[in-house]
Amino acid sequence: MKPLINSLPETVFTTKVDDILNWGRASSQWYMLFGLACCAIELMQTGGPRADLDRFGAVPRATPRQSDLMIVAGTLTYKMAKRTKLLYDQMPDPKYVISMGSCSNCGGLFQLAYSVCKGVDKIIPVDVYVPGCPPRPEALTEGLLRIQDKMMRERWLVKPSRPAEEQAGA
Amino acid sequence: MQAQEIYVALEQQFPGQVSDLKAEVLEPYLTVAGASIVEVCKFLRDRAGMDFEVLSDLTALDWPKEEKIQVVYHLFSYGHNHQIVLKVDLPRDNPKIATVEGIWKVANWFEREIYDLFGVIFEGHSDLRRIMLPEDWTGYPLRKDYVEQEEYDGISTQRAPLVEKLLR
Repeated sequence: MKPLINSLPETVFTTKVDDILNWGRASSQWYMLFGLACCAIELMQTGGPRADLDRFGAVPRATPRQSDLMIVAGTLTYKMAKRTKLLYDQMPDPKYVISMGSCSNCGGLFQLAYSVCKGVDKIIPVDVYVPGCPPRPEALTEGLLRIQDKMMRERWLVKPSRPAEEQAGA
Repeated sequence: MQAQEIYVALEQQFPGQVSDLKAEVLEPYLTVAGASIVEVCKFLRDRAGMDFEVLSDLTALDWPKEEKIQVVYHLFSYGHNHQIVLKVDLPRDNPKIATVEGIWKVANWFEREIYDLFGVIFEGHSDLRRIMLPEDWTGYPLRKDYVEQEEYDGISTQRAPLVEKLLR
């Protein structure tokens, strides 16, 4: 059989199915509008014209059922923590979480307070932590790009090989 | 009206119920006996010349060494532009006081807040529930001897301190 390399016209483009799936997902991350405190102002700023998350295909959604990404922006109290868990559970898989700012990373300035949850990772898994109080829009954009990197590395059609099986086979 | 005049009028109306005027501070305060707080407040609101139509704040203090919880009423009159602060000492082990909700309606939420954070029982209150903390919360966080629970509703409240010296 004739090899495919250098045999196709210039308008045809070859890739892997995984790559095009991931490219599609990474280029349309819909994030949930979830502002809890002052970080939400910076989140709005990041969605605004200067930082413009929209150029990465990230648009805000007002419901968890249409969201791929949850940006936890602000101080998380225990009262809100239960609601956050509920909203996270309502998001369809695959889903990602950015913990934005010191408060949602670890409780931040308020971590010794009686009512503040010491980090959103106490209740839901977090993919990217963005430090700052609050983080600048550039920092949040960087966090979104890290989520894109993570998405691009995922494999959907290839069965992941497990170390235990490899050892058994060897 | 000056704080001294208010105090004299209160002493005449309620002998033995008011004491310890401190007039030379920015917000003059006096101590009222807990049993007569409703009558004193009603008098201050309704008496011509007093007209304290606003309860601008209602808060509390915890004094563990003196075994008391102090409830503090900040009254203000827009008409006369004068103010007075009333303090009531309650026993720390069983703090109970009559509600002033019937005098200033805003006291409803203020008193729920004090109940929430200090555990003061306001007798006669129409809806004495926690206002800010979740309803299944344990303890009263603004009391000095409050100990944080190990976990709240399955959420761990523990995290290794980032800065050790901030811990008390």
